[in-house]
Amino acid sequence: MSAPPMSAPTPISIAFLPLTDSAPLVAAREKGFAAEAGFDLSLHRATSWATVRDMLVYGQVQGAHMLAPLAIAVTLGLSQHPAALSAPFKLNLNGNALAMSTEFVAALDPDPVKRIADPEGAAHDFAAAIGLHRRKPVVGIVHRYSSHALMLRYWLGYAGIDPDRDLALRVLPPSLMVEALRSGEIDGFIAGEPWSSVAVTAGLAEIVAVGSRIWRRGVEKVLAFRTDWMEDHADMVDRFLGAMARAAAWCDDPAHHGELAAMLERAGYVGQPAATILPALEGRILLRPGTAPVAIDDFMIFDREAANFPWRSQALWIYSQLVRWRMVEKDEATERRAADVFRSDVYRRALAGSDVPMPGASMKVEGAIATPTGVGSHSGALTLGPDRFFDGRVFDPHNIEAYLAGLSPR
Amino acid sequence: MRIVIVDDSGLRATVLEDGLREAGYDDIHLVPPLGAWVAKLERMAPDVVLMDLGSPSRDSLEEMLAVSRALARPIAMFVDQSDDQMIGAAIDAGVSAYVVDGLRKERVKPILDLAIRRFNAFAKMQADLDEARSALADRKTIDRAKALLMKSRDLPEPEAYALLRSTAMNQGRKIVEVAEALITAHSLLGGTE
Repeated sequence: MSAPPMSAPTPISIAFLPLTDSAPLVAAREKGFAAEAGFDLSLHRATSWATVRDMLVYGQVQGAHMLAPLAIAVTLGLSQHPAALSAPFKLNLNGNALAMSTEFVAALDPDPVKRIADPEGAAHDFAAAIGLHRRKPVVGIVHRYSSHALMLRYWLGYAGIDPDRDLALRVLPPSLMVEALRSGEIDGFIAGEPWSSVAVTAGLAEIVAVGSRIWRRGVEKVLAFRTDWMEDHADMVDRFLGAMARAAAWCDDPAHHGELAAMLERAGYVGQPAATILPALEGRILLRPGTAPVAIDDFMIFDREAANFPWRSQALWIYSQLVRWRMVEKDEATERRAADVFRSDVYRRALAGSDVPMPGASMKVEGAIATPTGVGSHSGALTLGPDRFFDGRVFDPHNIEAYLAGLSPR
Repeated sequence: MRIVIVDDSGLRATVLEDGLREAGYDDIHLVPPLGAWVAKLERMAPDVVLMDLGSPSRDSLEEMLAVSRALARPIAMFVDQSDDQMIGAAIDAGVSAYVVDGLRKERVKPILDLAIRRFNAFAKMQADLDEARSALADRKTIDRAKALLMKSRDLPEPEAYALLRSTAMNQGRKIVEVAEALITAHSLLGGTE
């Protein structure tokens, strides 16, 4: 589906934050996938999610690399100027890590590998460590409506911690976390890579939990558009998603990780050394300064198993957490609007006829797959990998009430 | 009026401060967005906050606005270069005001006025909404009390309401207070509705 020859490329601009999971956008431009589809793709780097959001909402850019919960929050009118946003494509699954200062970590299990492998035990240890701390630990999050903040809340909530009562959550942009940790303003932070690795490499922190061990295939960033713009430019969106699907597949291929890390290293993109970016791509994470990196499979997924498919049930899981933490009132109309942000229909339309495997359904019970499982697919064979939540709980999008009733604190 | 400028660029802050002083404001404070600046801001209780649109610290400020009523203040954003489309859309949205045409000190006052006007309009809308919500809640309380009276004393609706109203007048209280007292007493006595 490339543009007719001789016609001028269509300009499209996308805002992004310097994070490893901006990779599919960077690859779409640098490896020519966007150009092949007839686009002149320009990428606008910002430092805060507020700026990315405003650039999208006020029409400075056509699309944005965005926190999935933020796209939902903007649509529900929870975050500054409300606007209907749509996410027809997920950029990645997981890729976050919680890094805590070496001082705080002294109160946890001394074996960093065990902490990652046993999130249940680590959550209880974390709760005990809060008691030992003479004040509430200050934990940096990148945004109130971020995937990682919701995962941190979910993980600690399991051990009876009420994040609004037992922690001081501080919002900082990811690129400022390491400095804040160095100056003692925060005791740790959860952010997208490479920032946790930067903190560990600098000898300031240890990684105590990773997103992929809290929710094995947790939603992370999406490609978001304004809904009205997306509807008015259906052909363009379809072509662009085609380019993004090829870029995401390229990023997922281990043979390309070295080249990808070198690309992201540039000042206009992530602007951190390739050696710090590579671990998240390879799933070999440095947990403690001066030790050997540890293999963590599925640490960050760009493409495989239809990772880009926007399951409506995943949007509803995010909604359920917003309700749980009293960020939004539970309400049927709100629930529907939240689910509608994830546009599986647009994904299907755009990638129909490509060799991208296509799930047969748009909702699934999240957390129910323990081992790789073949599922109904309209095209190609589709196997879904484990999507377990660390506590074994499953999320049935048709019964949010019962799910919420089983969660404590709420 | 106390104005806080959140900025880490000395030059920009100077232009803003000069513009504000020429416009007759003198309670102006500069807070660089470093360390515990949000807490500092809260303590200063400014009437207006000025901040750079591109500042990475905007997420922190927004978070504070989301959790702390103490900081429900007009926020004026400024940008360095002219960018009409975004500024127009932002102002229409009524959220913030933006300094256009680079950063000229003559532009500071109108922008500040606009930010305050927008904020006040928004605050009034919010207050009206809160009032409407509480009126609705009062109405429900009164309806429940009325139903109790109708059932326990076998009164028709207009008389039940008249009884509530005259009791309130006699005691110098609001009808909704009498209704609440009645509902509380009823539940203490083990009644069900």
